Amino acid sequence: MPFIPHTDDDTGKMLAEIGAESVADLFDEIPDELRIKSLDRVPEAVSEMEIARLMQDRARMDSGALNFIGAGAYEHHVPAAVWEIATRGEFYTAYTPYQAEASQGTLQLIYEYQTMMSGLTGMEVSNASLYDGASALAEACLMAVRANRASKSRRILVAGALHPMYRQVADVICAAQEIEFIDLPFCSEGGHCVLQSLDKYSGEDLTAVIVQQPNFLGVLEEVDAICDWARAQKALTIAVVNPTSLALLTPPGEWGDQGADIVCGEGQPLGIPLSSGGPYFGFMTTRLALVRQMPGRLVGRTVDLDGKRGFTLTLQAREQHIRRSKATSNICTNQGLMVTAATIYMSLLGAEGLARVAGAAHRRTGELCAALCELPGVERVFNRPFFHEVVIRLDRPVAPVLAMLADHEVFGGLDLTPSHPQLGNALLLCATETKNAADIVRYRDLLAEILNRESAA
Amino acid sequence: MSNVPADLKYSSDHEWVRVEDDGSAVVGITDHAQGALGDLVFVEAPEPGSVFASGEAFGVVESVKAASDMLCPFGGEVLGVNSALDDTPELVNTDPYGDGWLIRMQPADTTELDGLMDAAAYEQFLEEA
Repeated sequence: MPFIPHTDDDTGKMLAEIGAESVADLFDEIPDELRIKSLDRVPEAVSEMEIARLMQDRARMDSGALNFIGAGAYEHHVPAAVWEIATRGEFYTAYTPYQAEASQGTLQLIYEYQTMMSGLTGMEVSNASLYDGASALAEACLMAVRANRASKSRRILVAGALHPMYRQVADVICAAQEIEFIDLPFCSEGGHCVLQSLDKYSGEDLTAVIVQQPNFLGVLEEVDAICDWARAQKALTIAVVNPTSLALLTPPGEWGDQGADIVCGEGQPLGIPLSSGGPYFGFMTTRLALVRQMPGRLVGRTVDLDGKRGFTLTLQAREQHIRRSKATSNICTNQGLMVTAATIYMSLLGAEGLARVAGAAHRRTGELCAALCELPGVERVFNRPFFHEVVIRLDRPVAPVLAMLADHEVFGGLDLTPSHPQLGNALLLCATETKNAADIVRYRDLLAEILNRESAA
Repeated sequence: MSNVPADLKYSSDHEWVRVEDDGSAVVGITDHAQGALGDLVFVEAPEPGSVFASGEAFGVVESVKAASDMLCPFGGEVLGVNSALDDTPELVNTDPYGDGWLIRMQPADTTELDGLMDAAAYEQFLEEA
């Protein structure tokens, strides 16, 4: 079947058939105030040659430097086989296969992915993925409002240090649905959500509680107690987690007495390169009892007429092509190609391999933090356990120091001054298994030189 | 030809209503409706205590091919829901007027019930549709 867009003639015939004057007429029920007037930040089209040049220039900007920035996107070793297999013609598509009779391989892969994510998070069911971690959280909030029908408040408590960009995306997507977020502070010593800060909300109507583990500042939260507290308030627990960390940490399905209700996060650490920020993918898992409120595609296993095993999209009645405006989501899709890579990555590493990656990242970060804190004027900020990120504080503004490190091809961490000014001259560091002892020495020596030089000047 | 019991009232949304001696009213979907939807796989019922206006969606019935809103044939408060449908939604297919009932409501204004069709009018309605 040729794929040819409609000609003006085709469009004219279709409009005449349904009695509409123009394509714009089909959208006239959208109120004027909701329409985008102009797309003035979208640049003019450019040629293939120009765009190739532009992309190559941008790609050069983030190649080669020694990177100690995490903050939501993590540099892990991606075995060469991952993308060698993922980019084979049989797999190389971003699309969801609707036609089960022509897509068994892709459908089975997504089914395996869902099985792996359910296992990793300790939940019963996973969707086929979402755009990214931040939009997965926003979808989790919308889902919680649909699923928690005992709650009428549409109020969601954010327990401690959630990624500020996730918080912004959740705000943008949930604002139109009149969902209210309440942000609880984090402890200035521990960096975690102090349980006493929950007390003043005890007995109130809360729809959900969001907790990120490890939190944005790298610190481990007291997730068991937070999850149990949420249940006592009849609020759902939304867990935002790093998938690599789950090879070592308790999966959300086992938090507290009964586990979290909705689990989401960024899938990028599972075999997706940093790639200047995307494409990545979001994941979401939940309890079977809530599956009809979960957004996104879902692949199920079944048998065909001859009793042979087969795979197919299932529970589609929740989705936008059937439920239209009442679908669980009208803003989501899956990230097929990224999920393909992640599934291959998890298959190659296995549970043991992923645990080794997580363990190495934790160890390296500890070594990095210890090495930097040997220097005068550098101190660790929080005393609670961490996974693979820590916050340190310098005795001077962070941005100029990071700029000087970058001049020497070292990305020294994320400056927290803009997002968390209350922490002073704070810096969020990450070291994964990709960093060795020599890398850490290089960073420490370079930082020592910069701090010395600046002090002398 | 679908089954249309004579002792019930009917809405144009293919729901049936049975007024009980205590003044409450049981609501379900008709044999015609369950046949048109096909095999039901899920029924999303409202919370008891919820209040709905006439014509408002009080829940969703999901079949293998569609998910459809169920609309209140009259305004009132939900007194109870058929919890057997949580695990066996197919009761709506096998026994739409009996074990496959959906919700029990307390009508806010009984005159709204007068606007519903009787069995003969509903059969006529089905023929014309």
